[in-house]
Amino acid sequence: MDKKSSRRLRSGLFALLATAICLAPAFAQDLKSFEQRITTKVLPNGLTLIVCERPEAPVFSYTTFVDAGDVNDPSGQSGLAHMFEHLAFKGTSQIGTTDYAEEKVALEKVEEANNAYEAEYLKPVGRDPEKLKALKKAFSEAQNEAHKFVIPNQFTDVAERNGAHNLNAQTGLDDTVYYWSMPENRLELWASLESSRLSDTVPREFYKERDVVLEERRMRTDSNPEGRLVEQFLATAYVAHNYGRSAVGWPSEVSQITATEAMAFHRKYYVGSNIVVSVVGDVKASEAMPVLEKYFSRVPSGPKPEEMTTVEPKQFAEKSVVIREATQPIYLEGYHRPSYRDPDDAVYDAISDIMSNGRVSRLYRSLVRDQQIAAVAEGASPFPGSKYPSLFLFIAAPIPGHTSAEMRDAIHKEIDKLKTTDVTDAELAMYKTRARADLLRGLANNQGLANALAEYQTRYGDWRELFRQLDRVDKVTKADIRRVANQVFVASNRTTAEIDTQTPAAKNGGAK
Amino acid sequence: MKTGFVTAALVAATFVSLLPASSRAQQSKPWEQIPIPPLHEFKPQQPKRIVLKNGIVLFLQEDHELPFVSGSVLIPGGSRDEEPAKVGLVDLYGQAWRTSGTAKHDGDALDDILEAKAAHIETAGDDDSTALSWDSLKADQDEVYELAMDLLFHPKFSQEKLQLAQQQDATAIVRRNDNEDEIADREATRLIYGAESPYARQPELATIGAVTVKDLQAWHDRTISGKLIVSVIGDFDSSAMEARLRATFEALPAAKTAPQRHETFPGPRPGVYFINKDDVNQSNIQIVGLGTDRRNPDVPSLAMMNDVLGGGFASRLFQKIRTERGLAYAVGGGLSFAWDHPATFRIVALTQSASTVEATRLAFAELQGMTTKPITEEELKRAKDDILSTFLFRYDTKSKVLAEQVRLEFYGYPSDYLQTYRAALEKVTVADVNAAAKKYIHPDKMALLVVGNQSEIKPWLDDLKMGPIHTIDITIPQPGAQPGTSPGNAGASE
Repeated sequence: MDKKSSRRLRSGLFALLATAICLAPAFAQDLKSFEQRITTKVLPNGLTLIVCERPEAPVFSYTTFVDAGDVNDPSGQSGLAHMFEHLAFKGTSQIGTTDYAEEKVALEKVEEANNAYEAEYLKPVGRDPEKLKALKKAFSEAQNEAHKFVIPNQFTDVAERNGAHNLNAQTGLDDTVYYWSMPENRLELWASLESSRLSDTVPREFYKERDVVLEERRMRTDSNPEGRLVEQFLATAYVAHNYGRSAVGWPSEVSQITATEAMAFHRKYYVGSNIVVSVVGDVKASEAMPVLEKYFSRVPSGPKPEEMTTVEPKQFAEKSVVIREATQPIYLEGYHRPSYRDPDDAVYDAISDIMSNGRVSRLYRSLVRDQQIAAVAEGASPFPGSKYPSLFLFIAAPIPGHTSAEMRDAIHKEIDKLKTTDVTDAELAMYKTRARADLLRGLANNQGLANALAEYQTRYGDWRELFRQLDRVDKVTKADIRRVANQVFVASNRTTAEIDTQTPAAKNGGAK
Repeated sequence: MKTGFVTAALVAATFVSLLPASSRAQQSKPWEQIPIPPLHEFKPQQPKRIVLKNGIVLFLQEDHELPFVSGSVLIPGGSRDEEPAKVGLVDLYGQAWRTSGTAKHDGDALDDILEAKAAHIETAGDDDSTALSWDSLKADQDEVYELAMDLLFHPKFSQEKLQLAQQQDATAIVRRNDNEDEIADREATRLIYGAESPYARQPELATIGAVTVKDLQAWHDRTISGKLIVSVIGDFDSSAMEARLRATFEALPAAKTAPQRHETFPGPRPGVYFINKDDVNQSNIQIVGLGTDRRNPDVPSLAMMNDVLGGGFASRLFQKIRTERGLAYAVGGGLSFAWDHPATFRIVALTQSASTVEATRLAFAELQGMTTKPITEEELKRAKDDILSTFLFRYDTKSKVLAEQVRLEFYGYPSDYLQTYRAALEKVTVADVNAAAKKYIHPDKMALLVVGNQSEIKPWLDDLKMGPIHTIDITIPQPGAQPGTSPGNAGASE
């Protein structure tokens, strides 16, 4: 087996040299061509605009990248960033209302009614059930009153009737992104819609939407075995940093977030200096930029929100989570690693690629193909975010008849190999070739490109880093991989989580 | 770790709304004052179509934006054509074809060669076809093409790789009851088509265990002589590419056409069906019936009807169950269309256990409401705005245009289908949609499936007063006592 594989690797390496030679100039050309097609502008309110001309078809895609996510939720308010994201679809003082002046007054009464209800509800002693019932009724009536002014879903309605395609938003731990694609002749309409929902958000139908988000939690986390496992895994791996906190939010906290809190989050984080908006497609920067400038100048200026002070302390004890339930086994293990700004960031990418990318990867070949104990075995890094020190995650699902313990042992064997023996030249070269090709492939997609430009502009202060990251990729050495593996993949830095399958009878019978 | 605003799976790209606020006039709509200039002129580039004497069809789509070339060979025949005793064969074939490789390069060697070039050759099985596809940098296109054609015509199926695929599929089988949504989607499909239907039947440990290397080879030999559709896209010169493809495919014998399909689709047996899952706190509610196929002239009207009913944000279902009541995050659905057989009609709502009955009632009411509360001119206008203004995104890239032409060729539709479909959409009237709603919406002929946690569902489903509640047994059948190397023994948990 070994001999055969080394021959294969040699022929692979030979082929690679040819690839690298022809790829490099194409790539330099690409950065140059993008330099010519991309225009950026920082508005007086601090908001950064990026326009990339790609006139393949009369459409454009945009991404609004807000440098705030659920990691920024204040203590006791987990899920707040996500809650606000839902609010950003509820319209503005002009869109979605029949009479904003009256609606505003009604919404203030909703807040008062909610505060009164919550104050009673949270009383540790002396809560009066009758009073609580009355307050709940008053809260419900206040909502009905405010609802009279609502034109439901008008914001999304206007957008979609004008051709908005793949309209959505996502709240991550690190950031929140809003996006859709549209016919190019709606650029000004889009700029108007997007800038107004960022700057003129109204906490409309907030408490119904909170129920919707709780349903989202039930779907993604409570009623989903992987969701439950990952939530427990992260809560165990982190002791201080918010990466350990449920991203969709703990039920008791989400269910008590108020519109006032969501609007406070908005005031603090949705300021120009914290937002990048990118547009890619059939647009001319010379024509589009003045339009974008006109509308996005509405976004309030404000200081860049202060950085988080919490740094996850060094882990010194191995931790583990076991969920005993009827679900089939899944095994996870994670090791703390630094953030994306660490000079070794590309080394982690290399390890992840060599360990898990495709059928040539070490984990596939070892656990799936050769030992035939796993259906899936791979690494993912960084997880669950990248902005702050994160985790290098391994995940494996055994085939029937095999166990999580076997996954753990087999993964550790592969990790040990990384620590004691250099990866091959072919493996390292393969990582570099694939990193280049994957980047190149991603350039042919308006939405993907809009996301990447906005993300790199936010994270590095310059979209060009999207291309320049390849310099860091190129510099990764075999010694780097061994050094990082020895540093990070140690037992005291490890958290494991697994589902230990129990038949319902065993569970009820109180089996250990 | 992303949480989002909508579930892509449930919300179609377009939608229509019922605005309850029409009684109050909005003061001003400043966004309507924004000028909308004429759209830049755009003629999507059509691929070059070549029909060889043997019936094989080639499509060539040049795209010089990036230095890549990719291609695909689409082969008629898929899982719906498997023997019932060997359900899962096509999926195993789709895996083992590529992982086995050829006499010249076994699958592992192919992996090494291709990955070093960041290139790919993949094979896959679907319900009506299988396919081999490739993708590489332009500079590697000759070598990757040769490898792909070697695999297309000279696969050497290996026992070892078949077994690997069987293990993969056995894993999927023993895990298929772990996720509530997977259970609900699968069992709803079985209710609609019947558990033994080629469109609904499930691979079992016994049926995948029965598949042999000989079966894979026989499947390959049979299907490869069918009417292949070869499509390529990327940074190439069409005349050179045409010559290359002709050299490969022109000399093949006349392609065999697939026999006419004779299938009947009676639709579900109406009633209430329940599956208990005690580790969830949310019910997956599905109201299901039979859909239709795209040759049906009612499709344009049905597309409008779907938008009003459950297509997206402003649809009646979304508006009522999510926006107004906060009872669901994921809610929507409609009557869908397949190309050559009836698809499904499905309304889905996910709600916390305690509101199961309430959400179900609301969903049925909206469904019935399509016939009792006829859609209005305003609703139709909205539907048309939505559908027609996003129509462009069906052909805004060269690869989408190519994929569409391949699809039309495969199912025997005219190549200008999109244009005629668009024209038909424009012509739909309110009377058409209301007639379609009356014709196709019959809640009494649909089945209700609930997957959820019985101990939390209060009130219980009998509160719906829809007759007896049938519990569906989803126990995974264990194959006969045949341990050994087959993956069959694997289902037993420790």
